[in-house]
Amino acid sequence: MLGRSAWGIFWMARYWERAENTARLLDAGFRIALTRGNTAASDEWRSVLVTLGLDEDFAAQGQDYTGYAITNWILRGNGNPGSVLAMIEGARTNARMVRTAITREVWEATNESWILLKDLLAKPVKEADLGSVLNVIRRQATLVRGALDGTMLRNDIFNFALIGSHLERADNTARILDVKYHVLLPSVAWVGSRLDNAQWEMVLRSVAGERAFRWLNAGALDPKGIAQFLILDGRFPRSLAYCQRKLTSNMEWLCRDYGQETAAYLMQREASEKLARTSINDIFDFGLHEFITEFLATNRLIAEAIAADYRFTE
Amino acid sequence: MTSTAVSSFDEMIDAEGQVRPAYAGYREWYDAQDKRWLDKQGKTAEDAFRRTGITFNVYGQDAGAERLIPFDMVPRIIAADEWKKLSVGIEQRVRALNAFLHDLYHKREIVKAGKFPERLLTHNDAFLKEMVGFTPPGGVYTHIVGIDLVRTGPDDFMVLEDNARTPSGVSYMLENRETMMAMFPDLFSKVHVQPVSDYPRSLARSLAACAPPAAKGSDRPVLAVLTPGIYNSAYYEHAFLADQMGAELVESGDLRVVDGRVCMRTTRGWKAIDVIYRRVDDEFLDPLTYNPHSLLGVPGIMDVYRAGGVTIANAPGTGIADDKAIYSFMPEIVEFYTGEKPLLKNVPTWRCSEPDSLAYVLEHLPELVVKEVHGSGGYGMLIGPTSSKAEIAAFDKKLRAKPDNYIAQPTLSLSTVPIFTKSGLAPRHVDLRPFVLVSPDGINITPGGLTRVALKKGSLVVNSSQGGGTKDSWVLAD
Repeated sequence: MLGRSAWGIFWMARYWERAENTARLLDAGFRIALTRGNTAASDEWRSVLVTLGLDEDFAAQGQDYTGYAITNWILRGNGNPGSVLAMIEGARTNARMVRTAITREVWEATNESWILLKDLLAKPVKEADLGSVLNVIRRQATLVRGALDGTMLRNDIFNFALIGSHLERADNTARILDVKYHVLLPSVAWVGSRLDNAQWEMVLRSVAGERAFRWLNAGALDPKGIAQFLILDGRFPRSLAYCQRKLTSNMEWLCRDYGQETAAYLMQREASEKLARTSINDIFDFGLHEFITEFLATNRLIAEAIAADYRFTE
Repeated sequence: MTSTAVSSFDEMIDAEGQVRPAYAGYREWYDAQDKRWLDKQGKTAEDAFRRTGITFNVYGQDAGAERLIPFDMVPRIIAADEWKKLSVGIEQRVRALNAFLHDLYHKREIVKAGKFPERLLTHNDAFLKEMVGFTPPGGVYTHIVGIDLVRTGPDDFMVLEDNARTPSGVSYMLENRETMMAMFPDLFSKVHVQPVSDYPRSLARSLAACAPPAAKGSDRPVLAVLTPGIYNSAYYEHAFLADQMGAELVESGDLRVVDGRVCMRTTRGWKAIDVIYRRVDDEFLDPLTYNPHSLLGVPGIMDVYRAGGVTIANAPGTGIADDKAIYSFMPEIVEFYTGEKPLLKNVPTWRCSEPDSLAYVLEHLPELVVKEVHGSGGYGMLIGPTSSKAEIAAFDKKLRAKPDNYIAQPTLSLSTVPIFTKSGLAPRHVDLRPFVLVSPDGINITPGGLTRVALKKGSLVVNSSQGGGTKDSWVLAD
């Protein structure tokens, strides 16, 4: 396959993953805003912007930190290259570029989503409609994932899509953890400050993990348990451990298929093995923030190595 | 313009108001349909086109916008015997075109015989001196040709234009048929229509048959479709054809000359391409040979081509055959190379480069169609009967300033085929572009082609860039 096609499918998958995760993050923020006072809500929206790396851009265009302004900026902000609409457009442009590498089902699901969301996001989204708009984004992402899974040949093209998804997902989960790490630090609980259930729930909700966590822990919430769940629980599809395992196996598949072990694969395997040897206590001893920072940096380096190994660009 | 409608030949209804035989089966089916349901189907079809992304990009005002080409659900129907006659004429013309191109770039016998003026080649940008003395692999110049036909009477098909450069529209021919079959399956079991769906396979076969010497007789030469990219107006078609042929869809950024071959950058390294179906114009092909600012081409591709390292389809330099001044010599060209009388007529054409013709044209502007010799897409032309006095006066000036740049033709009374409207069937003017594949093994014509239809009542302009639509085109089974 063309290096450019691998690049296109990789980014199509990343954009879809990011659009979906952004919708989840907004949904969690929206919930906090509904259940908490105005100050807490405004803090929460700020942290959503920080998680997405959009805080400076938002500040620069001078709107107030209201839920309405922030959600609309994130969903459809004019001149916001990181908006959900821009992600969907990016996914669609890449899908169009690699039209011959994807099935008609994947293309149509992507194209239809773009048509639908372009329309839904043509005007500012009112608070009353936010829930349903976020729902549509999640549903369309699920549709595309289903089309990929159900119709694509299991070849290098498919593996590049999965690598894109899981790299992006690991990045997104890590960012959420990084912005929220302070509420997960054991010291906070030990000092005996008021346990902030809502904050913890927010973290879980933003990765669609609240139900799974409750189910595994009989309803109990504790910060260390949450951190362990999101980082190390290989059963949870948005945990770092799960993403690492998938990335390693998809990259290994490529190496076998191409008969060539790549630098990216070796980096990935090392990162994955290292995580497997790590306990949650090791992470807290090292520092949660430091751990995440290192994780994000390695993740980025692996993405760059993949682009170089498989000739995404010249 | 309504005046032209009065005398037009209608392909469905004859002068006595009777349905012509070719349309009998369809009309019977149509009369039995609920018209509100049909109307709804039309909208369903539009949604399907949008979802599939069968769009064309618009340049200029709405740059970047993607539009749908309107689709009309009433088929244009050609009887089997009509088509047989037509296809013999098309084949003759395409054979002559290839022989003509070979001669132009070699001995120029036709010039020596005094049948064709050499001056039409000099100062003509479409004539490529790099092609002189070179024979493309398989001896084929125009692998894909679109012959634009218009009809003015029962037996009067005329060639309006030859598209030997990079004819487009074939994806609409194929998707229109798919859409019709999905919408009206019962119609196709009632009326038997010759299929068109073999086109992509025939195209792949025909391109593979022209593999260059460097392919060393491989039974599966590597094919690629070269597109200018996703912002090109025909990108959908490029992707569609590559997909249907199982070929890679490449952009210039994917290509590079490596060890005397044109190679594409794959995830495994550089891989040589044997045959490139390019949808990029000659002048952008090779920045080393032609436009140095071109970002669409591949530096050095022309050298590889001439050394037998790659096949380029259509061959560079074939665009000369699209020139409208050269078109006016097609009757002589066909006769010269085939030794036969041309079976398909040309539209009578005045070459404004000739003083007598120019005088006639200037005197009769309000009733003529005047075209630029290098123009296409319906741009830069004057349609006398629909133009205002001011427009005609302005064109008069342009014509006097540069007569060589124009040809003129009578305003043809194009045939009409009904379209579906809210108030029933209504006749609209149409043309037809059959698609012809040329390989060393022979000429393959897909039955039917693309019918373009002027959707506005009375309008004669069928170009999609100017409000035209398309129809499914049927050739009835024997």
